[in-house]
Amino acid sequence: MNNGILEFVNVGKEYSGHAVLKGINMDVRPGEIHALIGENGAGKSTLMNILFGMPVIHSTGGFTGEVRIGGEDAKIMNPHDAMMQGIGMVHQEFMLIPGFTITENIKINREITKSSLMSKVFGKRMESLEHAAMATDARKALDTMGMDIEEYTKVHGLPVGHMQFVEIAREIDKTGIRFLVFDEPTAVLTESETEHLLNAIRKLAAQGIGIVFISHRLDEIIRLSDRVTILRDGEWVATEETKNITAAEIARLMVGRALTLDRAEGDRKVSDEKIMTVDNLRVNMPGEEVKGVTFDVHRGEILGIGGLAGQGKLGIANGLMGMYPVTGKVTFKGEPLDVMKTNETLKKGVAFLSEDRKGVGLLLQSSIEENIAFTAMEVHNKFLKKVGPFTLTDDKAIRENAEKMVKDLDIRCTSVTQNTGALSGGNQQKVCVGKALSLDPELLLVSEPTRGIDIGAKKLILDLLKDLAEKRGMTVIMTSSELAELRSICDRVLIICEGKVAGELSPFDSDEVYGLMMSGVSKEEAMKAAGAAQKKAGGEANG
Amino acid sequence: MNDMMKKLTGDSSFDLGNWVLDNIVTIIFWVFIILGMLTAKDLSLNGFFTELCNRFYRNAFLILSLIIPVIAGLGLNFGIVVGAIAGQLAIIAVRYWGINSELVGGTAFGGLGGLLLMFVIALPIAAIIGWLTGTLYNKTKGQEMIASLIVGYFGNGVYQFIVLFLIGAVIPVAAAHPMILYDGVGIRMSVDMGSTTYALDNLLQIPFVPFMIAAAAFVLLFVLWNQFIRKPKVEGQSYKMNPLKFWVYVILAAGVLAYFVMQLMTGGPMNDVRQVPVVLMLVIAALAIFNQWIMNTKLGQDFRSCGMNQTIAEANGINVDRTRVIATVISTVLAAWGMIIYLQNMGTLNTYTAHNNVGYFSVAAILVGGASVDKATIGQAVTGCLLFHAMFILSPEIGKAVFGQAALGEYFRTFMVYGVIGLSLGLYVWRANKRAKLAMPKEDEE
Amino acid sequence: MGKKIGDFINRIGIPTFAVGLLLVVLLIAAGVMGQSIPTLISDILKRVGMNGLLVLAMLPAIKSGTGPNFALPVGIEGGLMALIVCMQFDFSGWALMGASAVLCIVFCIILGWLYGQLMNAVKGAEMTIATYSGFSIVAFFNILWLAIPFSNRKMGWMLGNGLRETIQMKGFEADKILSDFLAFEIAGIKFPTGMILVLAFFCLLSWLFFRTKTGMAIFAGGQNPRFAEASGLNIDRNRIIANILSTILAGLGIIMYSQGYGYAQLYNGPLNMAFPAVAAVLVGGATASKASIPNVLIGVCLFQGLMTTAMPVMNQIFTGTDLSDIMRIIIQNGVILYALTKVKSGGDR
Repeated sequence: MNNGILEFVNVGKEYSGHAVLKGINMDVRPGEIHALIGENGAGKSTLMNILFGMPVIHSTGGFTGEVRIGGEDAKIMNPHDAMMQGIGMVHQEFMLIPGFTITENIKINREITKSSLMSKVFGKRMESLEHAAMATDARKALDTMGMDIEEYTKVHGLPVGHMQFVEIAREIDKTGIRFLVFDEPTAVLTESETEHLLNAIRKLAAQGIGIVFISHRLDEIIRLSDRVTILRDGEWVATEETKNITAAEIARLMVGRALTLDRAEGDRKVSDEKIMTVDNLRVNMPGEEVKGVTFDVHRGEILGIGGLAGQGKLGIANGLMGMYPVTGKVTFKGEPLDVMKTNETLKKGVAFLSEDRKGVGLLLQSSIEENIAFTAMEVHNKFLKKVGPFTLTDDKAIRENAEKMVKDLDIRCTSVTQNTGALSGGNQQKVCVGKALSLDPELLLVSEPTRGIDIGAKKLILDLLKDLAEKRGMTVIMTSSELAELRSICDRVLIICEGKVAGELSPFDSDEVYGLMMSGVSKEEAMKAAGAAQKKAGGEANG
Repeated sequence: MNDMMKKLTGDSSFDLGNWVLDNIVTIIFWVFIILGMLTAKDLSLNGFFTELCNRFYRNAFLILSLIIPVIAGLGLNFGIVVGAIAGQLAIIAVRYWGINSELVGGTAFGGLGGLLLMFVIALPIAAIIGWLTGTLYNKTKGQEMIASLIVGYFGNGVYQFIVLFLIGAVIPVAAAHPMILYDGVGIRMSVDMGSTTYALDNLLQIPFVPFMIAAAAFVLLFVLWNQFIRKPKVEGQSYKMNPLKFWVYVILAAGVLAYFVMQLMTGGPMNDVRQVPVVLMLVIAALAIFNQWIMNTKLGQDFRSCGMNQTIAEANGINVDRTRVIATVISTVLAAWGMIIYLQNMGTLNTYTAHNNVGYFSVAAILVGGASVDKATIGQAVTGCLLFHAMFILSPEIGKAVFGQAALGEYFRTFMVYGVIGLSLGLYVWRANKRAKLAMPKEDEE
Repeated sequence: MGKKIGDFINRIGIPTFAVGLLLVVLLIAAGVMGQSIPTLISDILKRVGMNGLLVLAMLPAIKSGTGPNFALPVGIEGGLMALIVCMQFDFSGWALMGASAVLCIVFCIILGWLYGQLMNAVKGAEMTIATYSGFSIVAFFNILWLAIPFSNRKMGWMLGNGLRETIQMKGFEADKILSDFLAFEIAGIKFPTGMILVLAFFCLLSWLFFRTKTGMAIFAGGQNPRFAEASGLNIDRNRIIANILSTILAGLGIIMYSQGYGYAQLYNGPLNMAFPAVAAVLVGGATASKASIPNVLIGVCLFQGLMTTAMPVMNQIFTGTDLSDIMRIIIQNGVILYALTKVKSGGDR
């Protein structure tokens, strides 16, 4: 049924001059399970968006290179074209309607109909539904995967594992499905459900469907895939037969040293005093759930928190600031801290730079000076003055403070009355820093400080954070998806995987160890595997 | 109590508190009506039922026109007011010609023919207006209900501009025509429906009691057939009702059957209730069947998909905006026809006010039947219509009986109209917000 | 040139531009047709004074993120109840004004607090629910007007129980008491100093309020709730405060309106009063999520100016038909619909 190879030939993509994909070559054969792995921002999702002709690609100037099927340009301009070419996707977030039955979900917008008198007059949409035929089709698709759930049950209330299978059933029910993309399909599954799913994927491949399997779990990739392609920073790094490569090697290729940010050396002197202890912290932040983490923070250190997207690293800082429902014990300077009371936390000297600068960090339609002063005014009653019976904002104090911050932090703006919405990403981040500094914090939580900021400004922000720790004695917890920047300024790095602390690493540990631990391998095993891999590499070099 | 209900309904997830919240408005109305029946002593039973039936025939069609937008995810379409306006424009046009013909002793444009012509003329007007409002709803996604309310007001302004000014000033009309104001510009305060009055109502009528006996017998037989004989179309599916529901239906139907048989035999007051307009009932039934039928087409399935989740519908290639516009057009056209049916029963069109309360009353009625922002059925529309109008008739009676003031009852029923809408919508949003609220993190599930 | 005009329209907003232009055209027409311009301006000033507070009531609600206060009748009924209670005890003149203002604040704090709770429970659908809250409370107060045994004969029907539809302010020596306070006439223009002073006073008070810590917090919570949350603010509490303020302004607004109009309108009088006020602030350049004191003042002047000017001009051109009221309906609701199309959806239902 399937004789064309899916090829990406020299595919590249730019977003407003910024290259996110560069000359990718990759092919997927019929019946093959091809794993695709890479860190966040490596280009996996952009590549898949190109494959599916998503509007986000074509409304931003399209892409370079070609996507070929069976040696011919597939010309996929929109998701419908992709469907016609027999390409399907099983989404990480289920695209199912809970109130519909399994059959209705499988057949959504592809319902089987028969014409009636009305439809002859008023058009095809008036054709009536053939429930029985639809159910038969749904049954067939479910049977293909060995699912024995009834096709007329409502999706609402099904276990997540079953929902995943309904998603897959929908794709394989599409006539002439030739390639199927799985995006992190096991992220939400239990162990036994995962087994079941991997078996189903093998079965599909055996029927000649080409599978693209995107996952961060190295063990699954090793067990399931025939070949693996590794992307890093929008570039193709390697494609290997899976049997010829180890998890450690994949990890090393995936992490690499993307950009070397110089680490001005030596270990910083960090006091033994624990400024904060966190015990069994759980945070219900959708998409970044934290499932029980425990760690200490020492006064004056820069603690890094790393890990892949969706693993929960962002949830920690957000949870400590009470932005989402939290349980667990936290102490700050020896006293218990009720993190759900954001106001208290701020008062006691913890400040937060959110990963969502525009959504949480700033009032985009207000001026720089107001943004910088606002939180300090609300929390510490700064910048207020008495006028008669009223306590009003002290405009002069606000301006002086803002002007000082602009000078100290080198914020580039026309004046302090400019709206923050008009600033560049780097300068917005500096305004956020200014806002936090106005609070005189002892502990600063910084999430993704360089996200969406160009390379030159990145360095400035990182230097600024380092200065805060070194010169002002501030303690910093920095959460970032970019290992390189964590390793350039942090004293320790916690790796978060699946909502838990996978282990603590030194900034000087090897790429393999970082890569393996982000994929859920324990520290000991990661160290061992990495050591072996290095030895092997060394041996090969010697031999 | 809860456990008992679980057993009776055969539904293990049954929760009494949720059930009460789901049906709070319906419960309030039942209580009110039962109390009302007990307190309003001078109420004559046949008078009450005559009035109730009259109101049912008048309003049922309008209320049924609300169902499709609900299913398509637009919420309650207060904008059926503009549909009603389309119907009134058609009435004005046809009556203008009709009176012209009557003046020279003719009967053209009168009676059933005139009424059908009104339907025909209303169709394109309502379709265009529906298309415009549907497009507007697409631009105000998430705020459709307040938008539909304001659309009604806006449409009222435009309508008044047309009938008060354009007719006469721009559209040439005979200044001496009895429908036209004295200075030759604008339509008068009220337009007589002339021979189109009762054109549908009077077509074929049968006495109330035999009708009720037949209806109750039919329901009883249907329920029994449904429970014991009916074979599902798709294997595994079941049409069976839960035991509680089944017995409630059986007992109610049997009770009604017995009561009306008694009435027939003893010649009780029910025999004086106004006759049932069979054709009109058939028209209402036809609309109910149409609603049911369309839900079983591709278009109906698309309505449901859009109503359940626009994002997923869009991702699967359904043109959500277009589907929503179609839903609005259907609703608007049905409302226009509903208004014509309403007015042929009333006999007079109050040119400037008739449409004003159509939106509130219809929406309140369907909510009373147990519908909400995202679900509405024919059964809810019918029960809602009956309950709501029973309240409407009883309120002044209760006001008189309890407080000695009928006016108090009238204010009270206005309060019920707005209160019902506010309460239902408020509860809906409150519960949705509560569900969307993030839960506290759970301890390990392993 | 065309681009410049386009930019200008974009900056001030289509509703403001359109209504402003229409007003200018009507004023010119009025002049050409020999209407007395000073009389027109006097009328405009009077109506601005009467409606100013009702429109100002939109400010705290919009700023707090609740959206325009479609439940204006909640405050209005509070104000009317205060007025009626004071009349019952035969207050008159300035005493009536003062006592009813104080009582109005008490009533409106209670009503506003309840209403604020409701708005917090129905986040995302505030405008729809607010509208029906307004309607419901009017219907509820209709029952109260009839059922509470007020006994002052100046307020009752000749026969039977309950209050009259409209109560003359003259009977309590409060007809135009504020309008005429310190009023003067220049070039035929009568300036209602008292009302304008009161309006200015409350504008100043609002301005000051939004420069206090609480005021800033309300504003931040309305502009970006996530930001406010990260700054440790209690958004729900702030929204309640804002809605109490809005309700109080509405209550005081109806007292001011009633004295200027000469009658306190009960029963269904307040039913549709929210819509012109909402439209006015939108005409002034506000949106459903952003408003300022200039928006309020420009809006009330333009909107009331238009209504005042339209009536004599239209009636002169098209005698016999009340086209100006139809124009009001169309403009008022058109402006609200336009604003609704600019509201960003709170997400999928």
